[in-house]
Amino acid sequence: MAIEKEQHVLVVFPHPDDEAFGVSGTMSTHVDRGTPVTYACLTLGEMGRNLGNPPFATRESLPEIRKKELQASADAIGLTDLRMLGLRDKTVEFEDDEKMVRLMSALIDEVKPSLIITFYPNYAVHPDHEATARAVVRAVRRMKDRPKLHCVAFANNTLDELGKPDIIHDISEMRDRKMASMKAHISQTAWMLEEMEKRLAEGDTETENWLTRERFYNYRWDEDFEDSF
Amino acid sequence: MEPVEVKKLQVELDAFANRDVYLHLETTNGSYATHFNEGFFNAGAFIRNVVINYELGKVVGDSPHRVGLKLPHGWVYAQGITHYELDEQGRLLLAGHDGSGKLAVALQISETPFSY
Repeated sequence: MAIEKEQHVLVVFPHPDDEAFGVSGTMSTHVDRGTPVTYACLTLGEMGRNLGNPPFATRESLPEIRKKELQASADAIGLTDLRMLGLRDKTVEFEDDEKMVRLMSALIDEVKPSLIITFYPNYAVHPDHEATARAVVRAVRRMKDRPKLHCVAFANNTLDELGKPDIIHDISEMRDRKMASMKAHISQTAWMLEEMEKRLAEGDTETENWLTRERFYNYRWDEDFEDSF
Repeated sequence: MEPVEVKKLQVELDAFANRDVYLHLETTNGSYATHFNEGFFNAGAFIRNVVINYELGKVVGDSPHRVGLKLPHGWVYAQGITHYELDEQGRLLLAGHDGSGKLAVALQISETPFSY
């Protein structure tokens, strides 16, 4: 389906590379149309486990490496408004919940997005993804005029419980930029990309499909993940 | 980082003994362990920038090694340590990297606090 024209797109994820897999093609499409796109990345993926053997990095040197990779990914996407919010990887869910909502509300008030993209609460696998999704949904829930809220879901039970994604963007034209965005995060994606390129070379249509389509769910306010906050 | 050589690492551990040092200790299976293997029981622990003062530090065994720090009223230990480095800021970084290059355990000590 065609990607709708937006006034401003706000993407909120917790880790460098979250944007690459899920939304880089969509972001590039908006950038090329001249639509302002803001990416707020909550952490620098400080707790990433891929450090190599023999090691290419340490727990202490990884954040600087991932910061550069994040900037390179933003460059590949064409993104100019990249925000690094300074939280620590794997601690987002332990932050004060109201503080997190206010952080998101402040961002939304400033950017005034017509579309927000984040994870889908309860279908986002990683605790940081879940905490980010909860904070964004809560912030949007408080708004009088809610922007569109497109959510990425990839938990194993997603298809069973949410059904098929209701938004599928054809990003074939952005395929190379999506690949470049994923490659920018090479410290964490090298192994995965090697597997992927092997499957592509074998003509695996599912992998090709994954590279040229990005899938989202409209957040279902009538099935809100919590009654109140 | 380089593979642990017991004698060399022991010298570094001795150098940090009997003074206040900041500790980073983590064990992890990664946040996706249960996503990829639903029967997996995912456990781990993380502590960062807690001050300790150990009277004896020892590295023991063949790789992967165990490293233990004896405190006046307790212990710190890590197992699975494969690599170490005294970084440019004088911090002693120990880590256990599995065969695929993923960190499974880290034990780090420093005279100055680690970043946030």
